Amino acid sequence: MGIPMLWLIVLFLIPFIIVFKISFSEVRLAMPPYAPLFEWLNGKLVAVKLNFGNYSYLFTDALYVSSYLYSLKVAAVSTVMCLLLGYPMAYAIARSNPTTRTVLLMLIVLPFWTSFLLRVYAWIGLLKTNGVINNVLMSMGIIHEPITMLQTDFAVYVGIVYSYLPFMILPLYSNLEKHDLTLIEAAADLGAGPFTAFRRVTLPQSLPGIIAGSLLVFIPAVGEYVIPSLLGRTDQLMIGRVLSDEFFENRDWPVASAVAIFMLGLLVVPMMLFQHFEKRTIEARK
Amino acid sequence: MSTQPPGQAQAPYLRIENVTKRFGDFIAVNDVSLHVQRGEIFCLLGGSGSGKTTLLRMLAGFETPSSGKIFIDGQDMSEIAPYDRPVNMMFQSYALFPHMTVEKNVAFGLEQERLGRQEIKRRVGEILEIVKMSQFTARKPHQLSGGQRQRVALARALVKRPKLLLLDEPLAALDRKLREHTQFELINIQEQLGVTFVVVTHDQEEAMTLSSRMGVMNHGQIVQVGTPTDIYEFPATRFVADFIGSVNMFEGKLIEDEPDFVRIRSEELGGVIYVSHGISSAPAATVWVAVRPEKINISRRPPTPGSGVHQPEAGAGENVVRGTVKEIAYMGDMSIYLVQAESGKTIRVTIPNVARHMEDRITWDETVYLSWHAESPVVLTR
Repeated sequence: MGIPMLWLIVLFLIPFIIVFKISFSEVRLAMPPYAPLFEWLNGKLVAVKLNFGNYSYLFTDALYVSSYLYSLKVAAVSTVMCLLLGYPMAYAIARSNPTTRTVLLMLIVLPFWTSFLLRVYAWIGLLKTNGVINNVLMSMGIIHEPITMLQTDFAVYVGIVYSYLPFMILPLYSNLEKHDLTLIEAAADLGAGPFTAFRRVTLPQSLPGIIAGSLLVFIPAVGEYVIPSLLGRTDQLMIGRVLSDEFFENRDWPVASAVAIFMLGLLVVPMMLFQHFEKRTIEARK
Repeated sequence: MSTQPPGQAQAPYLRIENVTKRFGDFIAVNDVSLHVQRGEIFCLLGGSGSGKTTLLRMLAGFETPSSGKIFIDGQDMSEIAPYDRPVNMMFQSYALFPHMTVEKNVAFGLEQERLGRQEIKRRVGEILEIVKMSQFTARKPHQLSGGQRQRVALARALVKRPKLLLLDEPLAALDRKLREHTQFELINIQEQLGVTFVVVTHDQEEAMTLSSRMGVMNHGQIVQVGTPTDIYEFPATRFVADFIGSVNMFEGKLIEDEPDFVRIRSEELGGVIYVSHGISSAPAATVWVAVRPEKINISRRPPTPGSGVHQPEAGAGENVVRGTVKEIAYMGDMSIYLVQAESGKTIRVTIPNVARHMEDRITWDETVYLSWHAESPVVLTR
């Protein structure tokens, strides 16, 4: 028990319960803008008002369904792209000599020293119609009309992959770095060429790293707010933006809470998977 | 120095010709040439940094010689990658694939040969039977003991029926009893399958037990090649004499040099040594006489001339030295005596414990006479 448990209770469990409670309320024009769940009379509990309408609203309104599905799609595609880009990078770092390795790792982590928001804004400068990329391509004569890159799915993918790549690289590197290279020699000795050796020896052993990196990208990417807001489409929103609009624009705390709880529910399965594999990795190390 | 076994007319199976390997300025293997016959167990024996592992890795294809060639069954291995060689290796760390079962580990090599599923299953079953690991097919390496892992590694290397099996310190990770048992098992399996073994080890006991022939390496060069008996009883240099087993080395000067005997005066020993064979190498002023501890006799009384301890040709006082027992190590089956001669030199003697009772045995601080047969010493000039 102790401090960690207390920390989790105060900073996670209690806020969760509060939000959970609000998701069952009715919206009110008041402060706070929702009706209380419990009605008291003379110090005795008289009625419990549970409003499931907020949740059924989520399923019936096309906005919410499409936003959830869109968020899952964007997160999934971004995860795959991070994997395809990040694996070779992690592999190269793990196989380089110790001095180079330190430098490369620092380069991966260095962007975190600057503001995340500023870095996303920088992408606006690169991707906009009158931005750096379009101007360079036009001046080189490769294109004659500027390409629309901003406010598209493409821009969101660029933004998410750019921002989340280190979360894929670091767990993968941590796994690959521990590989016993004699195993590759053994595979070669037994007749396997370099690609076969990679496919049958390195790749299976790197699976825990792949899973860890993928979940570390996927889970937060589902709820991404900043990147789709600045770079993404205006006609299709991700769930993070929907939640924020619901809360701040509509002042509909109950629906916003329902959106949040349902999103959490969606992510429970990936989160439990992550926990399970982390546990297995730690146990395997013993 | 001939590296070929006597009486073998056929072409050698493994030919290492003037192979050198440099890492920058450091010469790991220095102009090594070697022949190994088919079906032999050949051991490369040497300490750390002697070049034996580098040589083995060049046979496997993990290192390329800086110069020289390697031929296996007549085929030049120069441009051939490890995965194309008819060679398999048993690694010191076993290098079993941790994410595969025993069966999958052993089947891996056969899968690379694109054999059919049934064929693979049959051959895997066969080899696991030979190494006595048939009941462990579904286990993963981390569920096996060290000895079991070793047998899987052996099976995995042998299942492909390689022309040459390379073993890198095969018994190093095993405890003593298991080591002895495995030594004999390895020999049996080799005889059963007829595979040519090249073993690398730093353990001379291992080399002596396993090999049909062995090569002693030092500083990247092969110092001597021969059967275990050749190496032990007829070492070519001081290094070899000292490296294998224990030896007493006495520096001295030749006072008589005849075809069938020599006499050496040794200040170190404090006496004259009579050796009943001539020295085959070029005469030198300074020689070293090597006498093995088990060849020395220890007694409370000086040996009487003609008593059979030394030949009559030896003069009185030759091949005998008086000293005091300084240390005794009781090993159960034998005892090691460290005797300090009057010259100050410490001489090592091993005696089997024939007498069961302690009172009969020679003990500390006793004055003793050490003597040896005139045939026993080896005279070394380098």
